[in-house]
Amino acid sequence: MSGQANLLPNNRVLRYTFRERLIHWTAGISYVYLLLTGLAFWTPWLFWIAVVLGGASISRMLHPWAGLVFVFAVILMYGMWSAQMRETAEDKAWWDAMRFYISNEDEKVPPAGRFNGGQKFLFWSFFWCGIVLLLTGIVLWYPQEFPEAVRLVAIFIHPVCALATIGLFMLHVYMGTAYERGAFGSVIRGDVSRDFAMRHHRTWFEEILRQASAKQ
Amino acid sequence: MSQATLRIQKISGHAGPVPGEGMARDTKDKQVCKLVDVTTCIGCKACEIACQEWNDLPFAKTSFDNTYQTMPDTAWNYWNLIRFNEHTRDDGGFMWLMRKDQCMHCAEPGCLEACPADGAIVQYSNGIVDFQTDRCIGCGYCITGCPFNIPKFHPATHKVHKCTLCADRVAENLEPACIKSCPTGCLHFGTKDDMLDLANRRAKQLRKDYGFANAGVYDPAGVGGTGVIYVLHDTTNPEIYGGLPKDPHISWAVKLWKHPLKWLGNLAMIGGAIGLFTHYLRYGPKLEHKNGNGASAGGAQ
Repeated sequence: MSGQANLLPNNRVLRYTFRERLIHWTAGISYVYLLLTGLAFWTPWLFWIAVVLGGASISRMLHPWAGLVFVFAVILMYGMWSAQMRETAEDKAWWDAMRFYISNEDEKVPPAGRFNGGQKFLFWSFFWCGIVLLLTGIVLWYPQEFPEAVRLVAIFIHPVCALATIGLFMLHVYMGTAYERGAFGSVIRGDVSRDFAMRHHRTWFEEILRQASAKQ
Repeated sequence: MSQATLRIQKISGHAGPVPGEGMARDTKDKQVCKLVDVTTCIGCKACEIACQEWNDLPFAKTSFDNTYQTMPDTAWNYWNLIRFNEHTRDDGGFMWLMRKDQCMHCAEPGCLEACPADGAIVQYSNGIVDFQTDRCIGCGYCITGCPFNIPKFHPATHKVHKCTLCADRVAENLEPACIKSCPTGCLHFGTKDDMLDLANRRAKQLRKDYGFANAGVYDPAGVGGTGVIYVLHDTTNPEIYGGLPKDPHISWAVKLWKHPLKWLGNLAMIGGAIGLFTHYLRYGPKLEHKNGNGASAGGAQ
């Protein structure tokens, strides 16, 4: 999808298709459930979350199934985005200028494609953490089926990876809602303003404009 | 609630002594302990049956694999198992080893350490470690936390079960059912101090009079000592007794997970949230439109 089809009325640009949004929210909603129930098992101070969600036995029963839904969505994302998430020379320049991105001096940030270096990092981190969480999670799901050494590795690695994703998740939610105005709308309704496209994903937007004008 | 304090002490108009007088042990406010002298166990399995009966556990299918062991492992409905091993000593001597396997009631229980459910595993003041099944959430972390492979899942309810050291009997100053049934005196029950004393005297006797130079008491320090102790012919090699671990302790993986990782993780999560909020206060949002309402100055100090 690129070119004319991306340019919408009222100076809007289509950024995420319906399929992309649906898969994103399948992962997002299942992740929030996993996060809440996981935190309940993580520390006694948050055990009340499981009580609120219908009791800890139910949380224990559903957490692995929600995990399968999450990993399923992540695998669909892999199929959908992995080619677009490959690291490019552009990303290297983006990382080098990240301090300007953080301080909102966006004019000093080099142009990015459909996904910038940070988004690619988020994608691959979530992907690999998801795979490790799945493998260790299966061991924790049926502990009696695995030897002690495997269980001990799983019981330690599962929360380590979960914590890594929590850090990414907090950053992702902050940037997607409070920080990057317009981003949340793009993953709900699918579109962003031309200003947004130009500022954050210039290479991608210029390619759309080029293809659109070539068609005319 | 224990009724042990309501045991009748004096009785009016009664000929002879109070019935039951002197039958109960005084274990009040003391660490209780089960002593298993493996050198006098004959493998009769009376303790297995007594355990099933007292705890009202359903009949469990036995399996025969050419040994004197009832089944390969303890189970959710089979808490007490005599492990059998044919052992050839270095001097060519041959031994049938019988070891009563059940929950060890560790002073520092790995199951309790690993359990995330509020109140699902408790340790009583008498040292007994007990599962509260109604509070168990079925996560199975205790299975991984236990260095003795004791907690077992009920396949249908997904809750874990294990030996209670007959906490209900002990609360009434009675000895556990297995002790009650032992015909050889290989099982003893009392305070930890008394049992250690008895065990050490028996081990000394084995060393002095029976030629077992390595005889001793198994009360592993790695888990803070246990509420079940063994007298072994050879304490240097406990693995021969159906896989009794030489140095049981709560695994480093469980300790790392429950202590440093927990605090580091909590600090990182709280620190991350504060960091992001501070960033927002300092730099504000990137607005969708270049000249949107209330456009940030981009780094207002």
